[in-house]
Amino acid sequence: MSKYLTGLLGWVDERFPLTANVKAHLTEYYAPKNFNFWYFFGSLALLVLVLQIVTGIFLTMNYKPDAELAFASVEYIMRDVSWGWLIRYMHSTGASMFFVVVYLHMFRGLIYGSYRNPRELIWLFGVAIFLCLMGEAFFGYLLPWGQMSYWGAQVIINLFTSIPFIGPDISLWLRGDYMVSDATLNRFFAFHVIALPLVLLGLVAAHLVALHEVGSNNPDGVEIKKHKDPVTHVPLDGIPFHPYYTVKDIVGVSVFLIVFSAILFFAPEMGGYFLEANNFIPADPLKTPSHIAPVWYFTPYYSILRAVPPILNSQFPGVAAMGLSVVIFALLPWLDRSPVKSIRYRGPIYKTWLALFVVSFLILGYLGTEPSNVWGVFDTGTPVVGGADRATVVARIFTAVYFLFFILMPWYTKIDKTKPVPERVTA
Amino acid sequence: MANQVDQGKRRFLIAATTAMGGIAATAIAVPFISSMLPSERAKAAGAPVEADISKIEPGAMITVEWRGKPVWIVNRTQEMLDALSRHNDKLSDPKLEVVTQQPDYCNNPARSVKPNLMVLVGICTHLGCSPSPKLEANGDMGSDWPGGFFCPCHGSRFDLAGRVFKGSPAPINLVVPPHKYLSDAILLIGEDDKGAA
Amino acid sequence: MKGAAVKKLLVVAGLLAWPFFALANESAHLDRAPIDPNNQASLQRGAKTFVNYCLNCHSASYMRYNRLTDLGLSEAQIKANLLFAGEKVGDTMAVVMPKKDAKAWFGTAPPDLSVEARARGADWLYSYLRGFYRDDTRPTGWNNTVYDKVAMPHALWQLQGQQVLKAEEKLDAHGAKSEAHTLVLDKPGSLSPSEYDAVVADLVNYMVYMSEPAKNQRLQLGVIVLFFLGLLFVVAYYLKKEFWKDIH
Repeated sequence: MSKYLTGLLGWVDERFPLTANVKAHLTEYYAPKNFNFWYFFGSLALLVLVLQIVTGIFLTMNYKPDAELAFASVEYIMRDVSWGWLIRYMHSTGASMFFVVVYLHMFRGLIYGSYRNPRELIWLFGVAIFLCLMGEAFFGYLLPWGQMSYWGAQVIINLFTSIPFIGPDISLWLRGDYMVSDATLNRFFAFHVIALPLVLLGLVAAHLVALHEVGSNNPDGVEIKKHKDPVTHVPLDGIPFHPYYTVKDIVGVSVFLIVFSAILFFAPEMGGYFLEANNFIPADPLKTPSHIAPVWYFTPYYSILRAVPPILNSQFPGVAAMGLSVVIFALLPWLDRSPVKSIRYRGPIYKTWLALFVVSFLILGYLGTEPSNVWGVFDTGTPVVGGADRATVVARIFTAVYFLFFILMPWYTKIDKTKPVPERVTA
Repeated sequence: MANQVDQGKRRFLIAATTAMGGIAATAIAVPFISSMLPSERAKAAGAPVEADISKIEPGAMITVEWRGKPVWIVNRTQEMLDALSRHNDKLSDPKLEVVTQQPDYCNNPARSVKPNLMVLVGICTHLGCSPSPKLEANGDMGSDWPGGFFCPCHGSRFDLAGRVFKGSPAPINLVVPPHKYLSDAILLIGEDDKGAA
Repeated sequence: MKGAAVKKLLVVAGLLAWPFFALANESAHLDRAPIDPNNQASLQRGAKTFVNYCLNCHSASYMRYNRLTDLGLSEAQIKANLLFAGEKVGDTMAVVMPKKDAKAWFGTAPPDLSVEARARGADWLYSYLRGFYRDDTRPTGWNNTVYDKVAMPHALWQLQGQQVLKAEEKLDAHGAKSEAHTLVLDKPGSLSPSEYDAVVADLVNYMVYMSEPAKNQRLQLGVIVLFFLGLLFVVAYYLKKEFWKDIH
């Protein structure tokens, strides 16, 4: 039997680089041996991508992208289709978990300097993936055609109207109609089901190819390729991805699935953050809900949008700030002037700024889920902030902190007092 | 610094993980594959149908829809019933050997529960056209035509018990659907005492 | 300062933010709905109330009658007690009233109630159905403490009776005047207040069930899945530990 298989494998290998690729990317691809908890999230992101595609395919078998039928078709899936409820919850939980995993994956990049030379391109592909993922989520969210779906799409598309000169035309073109309607729903369906998934798959492939070209970073930020075995040329601190990281990632996957399943089976609505209560009301173009908020994973950027006041009667500065708050991640490889990569060897100034950035992100995220008057207003007598919503003032402060983390980085990373970086990886 | 690798333990753990992974994969596949079975809506639309048979004239027929297909209910006269036994040599399957084409309570010469009422799915067993009723004997079907059905697509012919004539492109008899009489006036098509189809 | 310290900071930030969560919600006070999703008798009574009182104006077009076998009813019982207008047991709970007429009579079409419990919540529904009071300034003659100026009349008035809203001026702790509104039963209905509350509780219980019929199955399966995944984790962990003995 094994002789037959070796023969078959040989036949394939003469025509297709199967064994060559298995060696190059699995059994003889060397990854640093000191990966920790933060290194699970890349493979988990890939798992969630597959999960979303598979559940998405099965949902598309029964979903109807028609304004008259969409909401009913989702309930059809939940009730009349065998196991439809499970597939739906897998997709909705998966969407939120995708962002949890991706944010943690990005955070790993931030703390260990994974975006630094020679890995800038991996990082840029990653930013592109993140932007596509945001688009994918945005388009997908319209599909259930609930009140939140409809009005969230209406608000976000209206943001484009504020772009100088070409704004209203762009919005009309995006919508395919004068307001969000069946035309919009159908094209968002096309984007969500085919266009963006294909782009995402391509970008993920590029991301991994770029990674394998230079090899992975690690928690110490030392380049393992600097010290290789003189005979075998294998990095001294490297271990073959297979079997060591395949076997470790299985553990990561099982923990992820436990968290995922706990949410799916016991709290799929997640208190209204994963499946919003208002979205169980069919879309009504004539009735705006009293409180519109984007889904939780967009709320930090939404906060920034709301925090920037209109300038010269235009909402565009807020829109621009929101866009910049995402795109600015792409500049990190060039903003960071520190001689060290990993947070383990950085000085106190960087660590403080990183902590401030994280706190800003979280607080802005929370504020984005609530209306601007959630904390009331300052008494009119108060200097500067008198009469203003407390939450808006706080959002403005943390928006400033958010951007300053990036803008001041070339300065504080240069002056920061770093620690000596070891030659070889530590535990 | 080579430690002794316990290959036996490794093989066991690999086998255990693979086995659990296999169970997980199968368990996950079941909901997805089941989701493609007919939904509750499809099952409701395909639910058994009641037909009022109290007013069918002798020698006449009504058509009722069940699961998107025409179901004929023919009220056969005594003459029509007698004619059934006279042309067995012209039939492809006079003894009803293809048992899947009728429920066992219709595995009799008249292929019915009540002798006069013939219940048939009006879909030709050749390629799915719906045959035209030619219930009268002779007429434009020729002098030895005992009455039955003629499929216009490729010329298959069936008698008044839905049995296919030799020389027809259709290979087997017309289907008798599961059915039961709720009363003398109401026939339920799509369900019999064994349950819904 | 390693990853551990960063994590500590996140925890502190989270704890500091906590009080603000409490300030966030200021909706009308809602009574807690005393419902038990496992009480099949309650669910059956609720289904009956729903079919008898609600389906005249509202639809529940995503709910199939034959799904009510979940509540321990047989198809024959469903046919006998809950089907009135010639529907088949496999049909969905469509409404009798045409939408256009409904809009003309009430100003807005009564919404479909299939997932209303997921949109509003059980406590809201329970409070709403007990919050109707007579208000002659309204076209229907009814208003509601939970949903001000609602277009819906009090469908269950014969059971509850008629409440009125009594305004009382109160002095609070600082001596400032504030108005408190209380509902008072003016004309009793065929049920006592506690009996009516029980009927509403059953109805809300049913509506919660109807908004997600698969819920019980979801919870039961969840236990099995998590148990299995726990085992998978243990096996995978030992596998990892065994292979990683190679690495120093």
